[in-house]
Amino acid sequence: MNTQPRKIVVVGNGMVGHHFVDEMAKHEGYEITVLSAEDRLAYDRVHLSEYFSGKTAEDLAMTSPAYYNEIGVKFFTNAKVINIDKAAKTVTTEAGETYAYDKLVMATGSYPFVPPIPGKEREHCLVYRTIQDLDDIQASAKAGKVGVVVGGGLLGLEAANALKELGLQTHVVEFAPQLMGVQLDKDGGALLRSMIEGIGVQVHTKKATSEIVDGEACVHRMNFADGTHLETDVILFSAGIRPYDNLAREFDLAVGERGGIVVDNYCKTSDDSIYAIGECALWNNFIFGLVAPGYTMAKVAADNIIGGLQQFTGADMSTKLKLMGMDVGSIGDAHARTEGCKSYVYSNQPDQIYKKIVVSPDGKELIGAVLVGDTSEYDSLLQYALNGIELPTNPDGLILPSSGEKPTLGVDALPDTATICSCLNVTKGDIIAAIDCGAIDVGQVKSSTKAATGCGGCTALLKKVTDHELEKRGVEISTDLCEHFAYSRVELFHIVQAEQIKTFEHLLVKHGSGLGCEICKPAAASILASVWNDYVLKPDHVSLQDTNDTFLGNMQKDGTYSVVPRMPGGEVTPDKLIVIGEVAKEYNLYTKVTGGQRIDLFGARVDQLPAIWKRLIDAGMETGHAYGKSLRTVKSCVGSTWCRYGQQDSMAMAIRLEDRYKGLRSPHKIKFAVSGCTRECAEAQSKDIGIIATENGWNLYVSGNGGMKPRHGDLFATDLDDETLIKYIDRYLMFYVRTADRLTRTSVWLENLEGGLPYMEKIVKDDHLGINDELERQMQNVVDTYQCEWKTTIESEEQLKRFRQFVNSDAIDGNIEFVTERQQIRPAKDEEKKYGVKIQVVDLTPA
Amino acid sequence: MTTESTWQSICPTNDLIKNSGVCALLANQEQVALFQVGEDTVYAVSNFDPFGKANVLYRGLIGETKGDVYIASPLLKQRFSLNSGACLDDNTFAIKTYETRVTDGQLEILG
Repeated sequence: MNTQPRKIVVVGNGMVGHHFVDEMAKHEGYEITVLSAEDRLAYDRVHLSEYFSGKTAEDLAMTSPAYYNEIGVKFFTNAKVINIDKAAKTVTTEAGETYAYDKLVMATGSYPFVPPIPGKEREHCLVYRTIQDLDDIQASAKAGKVGVVVGGGLLGLEAANALKELGLQTHVVEFAPQLMGVQLDKDGGALLRSMIEGIGVQVHTKKATSEIVDGEACVHRMNFADGTHLETDVILFSAGIRPYDNLAREFDLAVGERGGIVVDNYCKTSDDSIYAIGECALWNNFIFGLVAPGYTMAKVAADNIIGGLQQFTGADMSTKLKLMGMDVGSIGDAHARTEGCKSYVYSNQPDQIYKKIVVSPDGKELIGAVLVGDTSEYDSLLQYALNGIELPTNPDGLILPSSGEKPTLGVDALPDTATICSCLNVTKGDIIAAIDCGAIDVGQVKSSTKAATGCGGCTALLKKVTDHELEKRGVEISTDLCEHFAYSRVELFHIVQAEQIKTFEHLLVKHGSGLGCEICKPAAASILASVWNDYVLKPDHVSLQDTNDTFLGNMQKDGTYSVVPRMPGGEVTPDKLIVIGEVAKEYNLYTKVTGGQRIDLFGARVDQLPAIWKRLIDAGMETGHAYGKSLRTVKSCVGSTWCRYGQQDSMAMAIRLEDRYKGLRSPHKIKFAVSGCTRECAEAQSKDIGIIATENGWNLYVSGNGGMKPRHGDLFATDLDDETLIKYIDRYLMFYVRTADRLTRTSVWLENLEGGLPYMEKIVKDDHLGINDELERQMQNVVDTYQCEWKTTIESEEQLKRFRQFVNSDAIDGNIEFVTERQQIRPAKDEEKKYGVKIQVVDLTPA
Repeated sequence: MTTESTWQSICPTNDLIKNSGVCALLANQEQVALFQVGEDTVYAVSNFDPFGKANVLYRGLIGETKGDVYIASPLLKQRFSLNSGACLDDNTFAIKTYETRVTDGQLEILG
């Protein structure tokens, strides 16, 4: 082998070029230089259209000068390479700078193909590729009303979405008879077309544009070969991509007949010291227009440079995406071109769903699929296709609606080679190996394999595989709270109550071991608060609380807190509103109305919290418990007091309920809502406790939920009077507080409760367990012992000491910096910080 | 650049909070999170959370696993050993640790 290469020059800094830098930076001893022709560093082109829905160029950025400096990568923007000297191993830029390399990596990407149509160079005829293009499109769109995209492929439809977002009347013009001809079959394309037309985008297929001339009503008139025409103000060309291979052509690297720098399985070009990766590279006579294969190429090239032998062996082109809100998926041989293959089709016109699977001639393997309108089966179909898993006897069951028996793909059926996490390339075999090496839960599998640490889309599958493998080895999935307590939360609750235990220390000594941890401490604190309702920051309890409970605010990403005064039912007097405004102004806090009808003040440093709260409390407000696992808000409409339709005084009821339950600590946060009539303006059915007024009283809904898995509440009782309503809620809530696991919402708790809703009804309405008196007494105790935690805190000298940033200095934390956006503050990003972010690197090797 | 470490007097030990954290500023402007565990032990580590990139570690919860005492960051809950500074959830990260001692009721840090 030759001497070790040291100098690596990368031409191009797109997503793939940047990925290569990231891969290469993992290895020591290399000097990496990046030359980018664009005036900015790599950004996310896959999510480019989000630029029009509010994302900034910064949001799309994938790296920053600060990051490259930190990892020791030299970079030059506006540095277009114009010369490669293969013998001397140097490249020269337009500015005349010359860089020597041991290995050169071409990551020059591709450019949009513009068909040679007369008039294509007219003003407002644009392409859709770079952030600069988007700025041009935005400028052109402002001046026009109509926009046309030429090209009905995946990117073309993305571009059409962008025009639509910009408010243009949008058309798509496609030469082929259907949309997305590469990924979809005829029927799938037809359904996609009708769905797209359904949201107001007009589609014209089988149209060849012959010229673009002056229009009458609009800027341009597009004349088509069939004699028809279309007038438009903006034209976007999205008719495919062409590799940027001009440097390769000019300096004698092998290129394909139709373009692309020819590479071998190591991503090496015809010159031994030059690699090509991404959309400029031609592998096996094929150019991959997706980012994932480019990433794989980047990895292979980096590995080869350090002396490894990884190879690029092609890539799966299956895709699943959301186009203008519509689900589309395509796997393998979508067009059923394999000889002798057979298809199964499910088509449901009313619901706009089309699904097709293509199976091998012997019917045993899945070789292709098309999904339009519903892609819920995509993941399991892809596993069948990629792993050659034998299909069930009736494969059509895989795509039929679940009216009958639906064969499910058990994780056991997956071969060890099946990819579970495609971001980090972790297979089922890797997970089994981690378990064989001693991992005993999902967390440990995650940290040793890094699975699910990329996009996170495989988290559910990872858990399934892990749990399944653990069970196969006879491992019981433990219900212990943590390593310090061999009890569940429910059991600890009973222990605390039965043995009258009042401190964590007492509980730990009697029933636990060790010092405790971040799982059992807050759980115990919550149980103690539910049973005894002590001040949460009593010296005995202070070390048990998560930061939000310790500092009585919600910690934000930069270490500052948000302040939320309580506004029962969302009602607030003008005087209080003014004080909130004054406080926000004085402390320069970001101000926002929350989804729960309150006002959130962001950006308070820990040392500012007491003074801010003193002002609010002096004005008659109290803590909103926005930080606690406790009652947050009771949302409300104005009810019969103001509303024409209101049946009852929902406002008064909301305030009464919020005041009653405001101090209650619970396994998870709890929200209520009260609506004055069935129009449901307060959205009560999506809350833990929802109340809707009727002519005769109140209907009570329970265990509804927004959040990750929304659930409508179940109707629990109807036409209740005020007193019965409160009794029922007392019992229901206290039973939840007693029996739910930590961090379990009422929705999940009810769904897992043996006997479910009918059992709850028996307990709450019929006193089936004979504990209702006790539940009510316990709740009354919480109500009677309520105190505003902030009031207690600011009245205590001892407590206030904890709010200093430094125990030995009055300085403030210099790392907290804000910038102004839309006339308010927001946390500065790393690259915006004046002094930069200081990371201390620590050497862990033993001396 | 290397600077000699010296013992710096920080605060009276009764300014510490039992089984919880406070933060101190060293002469060279480094922020140190201080944790009193039980009656006698005081740990000192960097206050900077390298995952969340904010000075918040002193506001985390103290935990213990198999005898190793750690701090769980209040931001994304990564755990750092108070003995070694090593991150228990990702062995590519670690935070700086400092020696502590008590002289005449004053806590001192070698930094």
